[in-house]
Amino acid sequence: MTAPGIVIVGAGQAGVQAAEALRAGGYESSITLLGDEPHGPYHRPPLSKAWLAGEMDAAQLVMRAPDMLARKGIELRTGVTVQRIDRDAKTLQLADGSALPYTGLVLATGATPRALPLTGGDAAGVLPLRSRADASAIAERMAVCIEQDLPIVVIGGGFIGLEVAATARKKGARVTVLEAAPRLLGRVLAPVLSDWYASLHRGHGVQLMLNAQVAGIEADANGVSGVKLADGSVLPTGLVVVGIGVAANDQLARDAGLECDRGIVVDACGRTSDPAIVAAGDCTARRQADGSLLRLESVQNATEQGKSAAAALLGQDRPFTAPPWFWSDQYDRKLQMAGLSTGADAWAVRGDMAGGSFSVYHFQGDRLLAVDSVNAAKDHLQARKLLDAGVSPTPRQAGDVSFDLGGLLK
Amino acid sequence: MAHITYVEANGQSTTIDLADGWSLMQGATTNGIDGIIGECGGSCACATCHCYVDDMLAGVLPPPSQGELDMLENVVAERRPNSRLACQIKASPALEGGVVTLPECQE
Repeated sequence: MTAPGIVIVGAGQAGVQAAEALRAGGYESSITLLGDEPHGPYHRPPLSKAWLAGEMDAAQLVMRAPDMLARKGIELRTGVTVQRIDRDAKTLQLADGSALPYTGLVLATGATPRALPLTGGDAAGVLPLRSRADASAIAERMAVCIEQDLPIVVIGGGFIGLEVAATARKKGARVTVLEAAPRLLGRVLAPVLSDWYASLHRGHGVQLMLNAQVAGIEADANGVSGVKLADGSVLPTGLVVVGIGVAANDQLARDAGLECDRGIVVDACGRTSDPAIVAAGDCTARRQADGSLLRLESVQNATEQGKSAAAALLGQDRPFTAPPWFWSDQYDRKLQMAGLSTGADAWAVRGDMAGGSFSVYHFQGDRLLAVDSVNAAKDHLQARKLLDAGVSPTPRQAGDVSFDLGGLLK
Repeated sequence: MAHITYVEANGQSTTIDLADGWSLMQGATTNGIDGIIGECGGSCACATCHCYVDDMLAGVLPPPSQGELDMLENVVAERRPNSRLACQIKASPALEGGVVTLPECQE
């Protein structure tokens, strides 16, 4: 009897990467890639940007054509929901009642947007943005709002919300962004950059409300009609986009008794507490050297963990410990972030903030933690090298454009 | 529409019929040409779709933006005068018959 092979639950960035890395790593038995959406793997980053703006067709969003996966011996099965993992029998129970055995299992189940915990939060036209279907539903409703000159409301001034706001403005929609905190992207960006993004959006005509407390959603027969604030005022609207974070999809793993803590706990190589099961991407919480858990939601994390998880199933150690990086496109500004700024207590700005091309360096004491670059790709790529090498400029050096930071790497 | 030929580092050559508006990165990744990664989905954010364009393409393509030039400074393989990021090149009839050569590594 031949071994059942490797099954991958989740056909997003991490799942596809794991499948291809298994083949590239010489794995010769069967690989089955299970996706719960009706279509095959696609790129998520454009959903809040070019796709939402209607500048891209479905074929261009495709990450890998299904026949290309087939050519690599990767069997893609779409519209499949996994109900349970039976670890003793090494078998998955699928929603259609069938069972699927595995030799090795990759969990790449992603994350789910948090729903608005308010009355009316489930009204028609109150939408998250995670999947292609979500983005299409937002685009459809946005078009109606533009036609009827109804404002749209974005709840949450995070990356998803702000990217949607920028795209909506580009399409000519009236946009209000509600952020509960005193500044935008407060957990990630330095205050000076939060303020810069607030100005950028206001300059593009977004009505930005900080310290905003949403009290409820009002709806009529057409769905959402207004957002009620804590002070009793109501913002009339025809579309509410909710971007208040995501929760890791770790239910399958938890039900199977794998260690989970707001995500499937993995080591740097993507291993879970079961030697036959690895995990990758948004669904994971990675145990770091100091014992703390790190949750990242990014393309880089998905691809790197996908490769590590594949290697782990092939019996190899491929730890992912590189500095994290992220990006966000809003209007004609590209923000590229390297490192993690948590714990920063000092900042230096390099470049010209007014001119819109600059970087903010985050320090804890003398140690460089992270660098956020706006339209400054060179600074960003250099920052990744500095962080990877553990080399810190002083804040004074970082802020001095005449000082060659690259020289510190030589 | 344009027929673009991708020559991978191992010499394997594949010609793809690209619809107008498609980037050379999209053409490669959806058709399983492994020499191009395109990790960021075409946002000019990752520099993993580095390619070398032939003289014809070099002659007809608009010059790279500052953002693309900055990313090209950090490609992993050798940067040459004809280095471009495939995600920033959009297919049009002017590109018909173009050939891009892919580097040995992208990351």
